[in-house]
Amino acid sequence: MLRKYLDRIKPNFEPGGKLQAFHSVFDGLETFLYTPKTTSASGVHVHDSLDSKRIMIIVVLALMPCLFFGMYNTGYQNFLGSHAASFPFWSIMAYGFLAILPKILTTYIVGLGIEFIVAQWRKEEIQEGFLVTGILIPLICPIETPLWMLAVATAFSVIFVKEVFGGTGYNIFNVALVTRAFLFFAYPASMSGDRAFISANPICGLGGTVTFTDGISGATPLGQIATMSDGFTAVKNIAGETVSNWDAFLGLIPGSFGETSTLCILIGAALLLISGIASWRIMLSVFAGGLIAGAVVNWCATPLYPASYLSPLQQLLFGGFAFAAVFMATDPVTAARTGIGKYIYGLLVGIIAIIIRVYNNGYPEGAMLAVLLMNAFAPLIDYCVVQSNISRRVNRLKAKAQ
Amino acid sequence: MADKISNKSVLFNPLSKNNPVVVQVLGICSVLAVTAKLEPAIVMGISVIAVLAFSNVIISLIRNTIPTNIRIIVQLVVVAGLVVIVDQLLKAYAYDVSKQLSVFIGLIITNCILMGRLEAFAMANRPWASFLDGIGNGLGYTIILVIVGFFRELLGSGTLLGYQVVPQSFYEAGYVNNGLMILPPMALIVVACIIWVQRARNKDLQEP
Repeated sequence: MLRKYLDRIKPNFEPGGKLQAFHSVFDGLETFLYTPKTTSASGVHVHDSLDSKRIMIIVVLALMPCLFFGMYNTGYQNFLGSHAASFPFWSIMAYGFLAILPKILTTYIVGLGIEFIVAQWRKEEIQEGFLVTGILIPLICPIETPLWMLAVATAFSVIFVKEVFGGTGYNIFNVALVTRAFLFFAYPASMSGDRAFISANPICGLGGTVTFTDGISGATPLGQIATMSDGFTAVKNIAGETVSNWDAFLGLIPGSFGETSTLCILIGAALLLISGIASWRIMLSVFAGGLIAGAVVNWCATPLYPASYLSPLQQLLFGGFAFAAVFMATDPVTAARTGIGKYIYGLLVGIIAIIIRVYNNGYPEGAMLAVLLMNAFAPLIDYCVVQSNISRRVNRLKAKAQ
Repeated sequence: MADKISNKSVLFNPLSKNNPVVVQVLGICSVLAVTAKLEPAIVMGISVIAVLAFSNVIISLIRNTIPTNIRIIVQLVVVAGLVVIVDQLLKAYAYDVSKQLSVFIGLIITNCILMGRLEAFAMANRPWASFLDGIGNGLGYTIILVIVGFFRELLGSGTLLGYQVVPQSFYEAGYVNNGLMILPPMALIVVACIIWVQRARNKDLQEP
């Protein structure tokens, strides 16, 4: 039925039709809903049913566990912080849903709006890259980020990181992470500290008001650890209870919306690996790098850098490390592309993330900066790997000729 | 070659068509460093205009007596002398701004625009044309500085020349100054935007 409707309105969007100006919008919607019928007119092309729209959809599906858990956790933290008598599952979920919905809408409207305008302006098809970026951005931001900040940051990174370089597939940095970095550097007060990570007010009659009393912090575990100047003490949650590793694995801790639950991230990772979309080399080596660096900093732990007391396993459970490893570092556009390059890239992401996190108390979470830094170096890594392959083959040929 | 270029084009070309910052991309370092606020940007611009115009005149006057082998050293000595004078004047009459600009007045010596204009223009042209060239290039530099400083101070601090521009009611409604605008990377992005706008308007500047 939808197909018929699309076919009926299609002539309006062809060149010469009255809605010609919206051709790329229509085309984007049509190919989003149906696999395109048209084939290449010239030359030989190999077509796979797994085009970039399908890839994006699978990544979005892989993010769903994190999204749903983020809703639950947001509601849970609010109920916990406001000393609710009971924790009914559905009202917690509804609270989280209402808290995140405006943010998802904001990023999609701003980001897709810019993409549509640019595509129309360049007379190109709409590129689907923002499908994933738009859901990633709310997932990696604190729940209390004001909507206008989110809109400004999204617009900034879509324009300056993606469109300026030529659109989807040409960006040198991960767009979602640049949004996060922009927010972090531009509005540091709203992006860290006690208040940012707990949704404090009731929404539509659900939830309660969280009161921040002395000695009880709504900061993320890593944020709390970074401020422990007089020795390492246990991490507390909003109700003043100690956070166990199991809590951190499940994700019932304050943190950016979708990154708290290592369990849900692993479910997403499994989906990405089974469908073959993300590179297992990168994922594996990021975790390996994190474990190695975590072990080293733990081995030479000093009270000067409280985060160095975390065990390597805790380094992976707390903060955005797992999320960055699974969804950010593996971004095929900005990661290294050669086989060996992927190992090097992943290892360095893991190691640098832990180093920034531990040895710079000003930045409690280093995963974002580590991935962005290695994005900048990925082409160099690839270049070195390719050049070494070339020289090895040249040498082999020389040896044969002799 | 010298007499073919009209004095008018010598003065006005650097303002837009041949702007030292956004077309020749010289002097970027100081654009990043001094434009967090508008006032230091303006003072810096005026200093560069003065140093550039007078060093152009002086070099142009003695251009026939400078041995080619040591011309760079001679140019440096002249520029250094003028920069010290400007620095001392600022310290005497505008101490606060001078403190804000700190080392960057001294670093005018290493500004590529100066050496570029001395080498490319003053060494081959008469004093009056050189003076106009210095004023023109200095103004071209100052314009960019002021534009960048305007946006950085407005968005980064909510003020212009120290006066609050963004109304208090905005802050009460939840508006927050953009901290990234204070940091040098944002100056680079603002300069990039100016370059973008300028190339979009002048098709002949676009590189293929």
